[in-house]
Amino acid sequence: MRSTDGRKGGSWTADELMTIAAARALAEARTCFVGIGLPSTAANLARRVHNPDLVLVYESGTLGAKPDRLPLSIGDGVLAETADAVVSVPEIFNYWLQPGRIDVGFLGAAQIDRYANINTTVIGSDYHRPKVRLPGAGGAPEIAACCREVFVIVRHSRRTFVPTVDFVTSFGHGRGPGDRERLGLRGRGPTRVITDLGVLEPDPITRELGLVRLHPGVEPAEVQAATGWDLAVHPDLRTVPEPTEEELKVLRELVGGGRQ
Amino acid sequence: MAELVTLTEGVRELVRDGDSVALEGFTHLIPMAAGHEIIRQGRRDLTLIRMTPDLIYDQLIGAGCARKVVFSWGGNPGVGSLHRFRDAVENSWPRPLEIEEHSHAGMANRYAAGAAGLPFAVLRGYVGTDLGKGLTTGVPFTCPFTGEVLAAVPALNPDVAIVHAQQCDRQGNVQIWGITGVQKEAVLAARRSLVTVEEVVDELTPVPGGIVIPGWALTAVAEVPGGARPSYAQGYYERDNAAYRAWDRISRDRTAFRAWLDEAVMPAKGRDERTVS
Repeated sequence: MRSTDGRKGGSWTADELMTIAAARALAEARTCFVGIGLPSTAANLARRVHNPDLVLVYESGTLGAKPDRLPLSIGDGVLAETADAVVSVPEIFNYWLQPGRIDVGFLGAAQIDRYANINTTVIGSDYHRPKVRLPGAGGAPEIAACCREVFVIVRHSRRTFVPTVDFVTSFGHGRGPGDRERLGLRGRGPTRVITDLGVLEPDPITRELGLVRLHPGVEPAEVQAATGWDLAVHPDLRTVPEPTEEELKVLRELVGGGRQ
Repeated sequence: MAELVTLTEGVRELVRDGDSVALEGFTHLIPMAAGHEIIRQGRRDLTLIRMTPDLIYDQLIGAGCARKVVFSWGGNPGVGSLHRFRDAVENSWPRPLEIEEHSHAGMANRYAAGAAGLPFAVLRGYVGTDLGKGLTTGVPFTCPFTGEVLAAVPALNPDVAIVHAQQCDRQGNVQIWGITGVQKEAVLAARRSLVTVEEVVDELTPVPGGIVIPGWALTAVAEVPGGARPSYAQGYYERDNAAYRAWDRISRDRTAFRAWLDEAVMPAKGRDERTVS
C-alpha cells in the first residue's frame, strides 16, 4: 500500500482520494457492474454521496443491491437481501450484461498496459509456468466487452503499469485505433483509469493511456516513474479536487464497517 | 424421485475416482460438508469443475483429491489468493494440477448448454483475449444468420453435480432461494446429482425468488444442517467472513494446512464410526 499520510495537511490518504475520485466518476451513470474490492468500495461510496439512484449490479446475480455495509465478496447475503431482483448467474451475464444494458463496468487489475488491456490471470511470459498465478478472469472479460464504458481503479506502480500485459484477460484497446471495432466489440472499452496518483484516459486518436489529472501534491514525474511506458501528459493537465468532509466521512464509515 | 440418503452414503455411491465433479454454489450455499466427505473418503484423480474454486476446492486440491480444475475465478473472495491452489499450479504440491480456465460468462453458458442437452453455447465473449487463444476452449463461431463472429464454448456435463440448498420435502423436491448461482444448471447438466439441504420439511413453503428443482430430476438428497459453513445459507446462517480471512493463514503453509485437515476434517470419520458402533 502506498502513502498513508495525506499529501496536504495530513487529513486524507492517496488511497482514499483514489476511491473518492472513482466514486465521483459514477455521478452520471445509471447502472454500474461492480467488481469486488476497490471498485465495490467506490461504487458504494458513489451511491451514498454522488448518485443515490445508482443501480449496483453484481455478478452474483443481484440487480439494484443497496448494501448497508461493504460486502466482503460479490455474493454476500446483504446484496441479495437488498436487491431489486436476484437472478441466476447465466441470466446476469446473458440477459443483463451481454446486450449492453449496463452503463459502466468497474474493474481492478493486476497488470494494465498502455492500451488499457488488463491481466488478472498470470504474471510471467509462460502461461504454463507462471511466476505468479492470479485468480483469473471471473466476469471481467465480458464486463470489458459489453458495458457501454469501463472504468479501472488500480494503484500506480511499474509492476502494474506495464508496456504490454503478460496475458490479456480483458480486452481494452488492443494494439491501438480500430481494434475494438474490428473485433465487433460494442462497448467503448476502458475510458478512465483512476489511480492513487491521478487519472489516465485513452487518447482519442492513438488510444494510448495518457495522464489527464493529478492528485493534489503529485508531480507528473512521479507518475511517469510509476508507469512502464513514456507517458503522454495532456496539455490541459488538471488537479483532482481534494476530498470533501462528507466524502471522507462516508468512505471511512464504509471501510471501517466492512472490516468489522 | 430422489433417494434420501446420509452424506456418507451419497458421496460413496455417487462420487467415484476419476470422475468429473461439479460442486457449485456462487459464494452462497457452497457444499462444504460434501467436499469434506469427499476428502474423508479419499477420492482421487477428480476433475473438479466450479466457477469459483473458493475454499472448498483449495481444500480438495491440498488434500490431493484433484487431477484437474476447470474454473473461471480462483481466489479467496475479498481476501486474496487460494494458496493450496497456487501451490499446486506453481509447485505441483501435493501433485501436479492441470487447469482449464474460462470466464464466468463462459462457464455459466457451458452449464446452461449442458442442462439444455446442446453440445455448445454461444456468447459475446473471449474476443480479443488470451482466453480465446487455444489455452482454453472459447473458439470463434460465425452466426449462420447474420455472419457475426461470436464465441462458442462446449457444454459441460459433469459425471456428478453436488449443490447445497435450504430445504427439500419428503419427496426430495428441493427449494433454493437468495443467490441461486448456477446450481440448477449444474444439477440438470450432470449425469448424477446429490443435493445436501439444511432441512427436510413436510411441505415446501414458496419463498419469493426461490426456485424449485423437482425431486425426480435428482439422484439423491441428504440432510446436512450447516453443510455450507463457512459460506452461508440465506434464512439459516450468515457468511463467516472471519473464517475466510483465517483460511489465508492456514492455507499459506503446508504443515498448517495438514494440521487443519487432520483436526477439522478427518476426525469426523471417527465420530461417525463411534455413532454407528
